Amino acid sequence: MNRYQLDARNLLCPMPVIRTQDRMAALQSGDILEVRCTDPGAMQDIPTWCRISGHEVLDSRIEDGDVVVTIRAGGPTGSK
Amino acid sequence: MTRARKAVALISGGLDSLLAARLMLDQGIHVEGLNFYTGFCVEGHTHAIRERRRDKPRRNNALWVAEQLGIRLHLIEVVEEYKAIVINPKHGYGANLNPCLDCKGFMVGKARAWMEANDFDFIITGEVLGQRPNSQRRDALPVVARESGAFDRLLRPLCAKLLAPTLPEREGWVDRDKLLALNGRNRKPQIALAESYGFHEYAQPAGGCCFLTDANYSNRLSDLWATRGNKHYEIDDIMLLKVGRHMRPAPNFKLIIGREEGENNYLGGYRRRFVHMTATSHNGPLVLIEGEPTDADVQLAARLTARFGQGRHADKVTIEVTDPHGGSRLLEVSPLPSNEIPSSWYL
Repeated sequence: MNRYQLDARNLLCPMPVIRTQDRMAALQSGDILEVRCTDPGAMQDIPTWCRISGHEVLDSRIEDGDVVVTIRAGGPTGSK
Repeated sequence: MTRARKAVALISGGLDSLLAARLMLDQGIHVEGLNFYTGFCVEGHTHAIRERRRDKPRRNNALWVAEQLGIRLHLIEVVEEYKAIVINPKHGYGANLNPCLDCKGFMVGKARAWMEANDFDFIITGEVLGQRPNSQRRDALPVVARESGAFDRLLRPLCAKLLAPTLPEREGWVDRDKLLALNGRNRKPQIALAESYGFHEYAQPAGGCCFLTDANYSNRLSDLWATRGNKHYEIDDIMLLKVGRHMRPAPNFKLIIGREEGENNYLGGYRRRFVHMTATSHNGPLVLIEGEPTDADVQLAARLTARFGQGRHADKVTIEVTDPHGGSRLLEVSPLPSNEIPSSWYL
């Protein structure tokens, strides 16, 4: 299990979700990604994307004004 | 045992694509959604910028739709590729700068490529015959199928009974009898169907999901192209067209004036790229100056900045003018009276 970070600050919806999606596609099941965003909509959108994509949100919080979402990768996100 | 057939659905976040996908799920089809981010999506940035409607939860409607349906959604950024569609649409524009027919062909074409790469069987959209004057005419629907390369693997479940049977219908993957024959601009059948499924909080943006269908936005984009002398844009250009009040007093410069705190914050992210100004003696907007203003233009812009702040009725307002490198100076100006602002300045 590896931990990674993704800086999605100064991006507006839906780009934080797209960056998260693209980064998660490269992770192994069980890996953890911490995403940091400035778009408040990410607090809702990233967890929604995780739910429909089979990933687990370990934590979501506001930290220094940023939205920080911590995700544990589930199965592969591709469709093959 | 035959394998479950798989359909890729274009999911805009609106009602029609929600219903089209639901009809396929009802027939036991495996459905996954695609949502394309062009930069012009009404869905996206706008809710993040403006502070309005705090009572409504901020959400991405395409993600909401996918969760309601219980399907995966793949979000795909197409900003660079999409420029060719906007700048030079083969089939021209609609009522505004909306290249709807080219856009639909482009998106279905991307879906076709995704379908082939991911071993899916066909594509579905929420198109309704006759609902939109440009891209959903009877003669336009075959154009989309042909130019996208999807041909008869493109199924429109909401109006399929009004069209020739597609491959999924002919092969029996989908029961044509359970598809619909919706036609025209009347939304009541879709609303009734949504109610029957228990969908209540779906989005119904008035002009669809694209800023290019909006007359005011298109006017701003036309102005951008006209004053630059070419039809190109970068993502920041089209983002800024969504934000604030835009005024062009002269061809060589325009003002982008924040209308509330959320917009001021957003425009603040561009301070290192534009001359900008704000009142220091009163509360007021952050204003970006785009172009090459003369000293007289900066003076006029300062008076306009004062006009749109809380000092609008004061004799004098102090405006701080800052260049992109951080150098600043103070101007003391009288706010420009509203009757001295020609309506033609507003974009």
